[in-house]
Amino acid sequence: MLKTINCKINGRDMELQVDIRESLLDMLRDRLHLTGTKQGCGVGECGACAVLIDGQTLDSCIYMAVWADGKEIVTIEGITNDDGSLSDIQHNFVDKGAIQCGFCTPGFVVSATALLEEKPNPTKAEIRRGLSGNLCRCTGYTKILDAVESTAEQRGNKK
Amino acid sequence: MYQINGYFEASTIKEAVDYLKENENSQIIAGGSDVLIKTRERKSGYVDKDLVGIMRITELHGISYDESGNILIGSTATFTEVEKNEIILKNISSLSTAVGSIGGPQIRNIGTIGGNVANGATSADSASSLFAMDAIILIEGPAGKREIPIKEFYLGPGKVALNRDELMTHIKIEKKNFEGYKGHYIKFSQRKAMDIATLGCSIMVKMDGNKIGDLKIAYGVAGPTPIRATEAELMAKGMEITTENLDKIGEKCLENASARDSWRASKAFRQQLIRELPKRAIKIALGGGE
Repeated sequence: MLKTINCKINGRDMELQVDIRESLLDMLRDRLHLTGTKQGCGVGECGACAVLIDGQTLDSCIYMAVWADGKEIVTIEGITNDDGSLSDIQHNFVDKGAIQCGFCTPGFVVSATALLEEKPNPTKAEIRRGLSGNLCRCTGYTKILDAVESTAEQRGNKK
Repeated sequence: MYQINGYFEASTIKEAVDYLKENENSQIIAGGSDVLIKTRERKSGYVDKDLVGIMRITELHGISYDESGNILIGSTATFTEVEKNEIILKNISSLSTAVGSIGGPQIRNIGTIGGNVANGATSADSASSLFAMDAIILIEGPAGKREIPIKEFYLGPGKVALNRDELMTHIKIEKKNFEGYKGHYIKFSQRKAMDIATLGCSIMVKMDGNKIGDLKIAYGVAGPTPIRATEAELMAKGMEITTENLDKIGEKCLENASARDSWRASKAFRQQLIRELPKRAIKIALGGGE
């Protein structure tokens, strides 16, 4: 069964025909080829598929594509600046070495983006909690937390 | 791909109830953090269903006071909404703590309090607090509206008193059950996020001078459904808060519990938590230390 939905993805208005059985993750990756969003566990435990929906971080693997109707969605591709350069959070992930295999990174960046939007000056505990829905199986989390903390500090200094 | 047959987006309670009544293969889906996972796993009872989406029904949103000062929580209020809501924080902060302990941000942004309860799991973090507050479940179906105390709503593991063609609309917390009370919820789990409670304990306590005027102790995972430690509650009335009395209360709580062994924890360990957690929760609720 197909349904027509209208949504905004990474700033672009779109009208799409989606299968009701599709997840938002399927739609983003297979229909729109936005493959920056990853499928990890597929059951909402690892956060690799996190995207922003109306500003909130959500796991797109357990979100029906038809629910995107009327919503504004931002994927990792939309977090990167228009000219293709990295966002400040992405820069800090690189600078701090917060990446190993990189599979979890888009999800972490998405969750960190939402976190800093809501709490521009988070405590260490708030950063940990804000990223607690994302798992990294390569490395520790210390450098990821450092990257987010540095971003908050840098943004604060700019003001 | 989710293994579903159809999808209907309801925009009013009536639309949802009508659809549920007409289509015997239909099933409600709220945030989907249980249903979509079970569908994908092809779990029996969740395959090839015609799902009815209820997240766009405005009547089911929001948290407010009714005309009597009771708190009404819309069944599709997400955990994030409940956690941060001012009415909840002001009157029943233990429920905010409870839903704040669920999953991670992504799950709290999509999971709903109605789904948490309707799912019928003893481990549901919101459920023990709602038990401690003697919450009332508001339901609408083809026969009209009805209300049922949460204790009667839970029938067994995964079983609740909600017919297939009925919709849980609100959860009501009566003023008499929170006014003058202080509460606290403790989730004991191996991880602080993305984990299911080994044991959950929620208490509501009302002091009468330096004595306990009323005490409500509820648990998740201390039995097949959330439970209340009614024997301990009865005994506690009129007691002063002393270490000895708290020990007695904790011990008495075992009388209502039926903890079991699971891969998460042994029965003996759970029983120790059943003794210990209400003591800690009472102390924290009353402003004492950990």
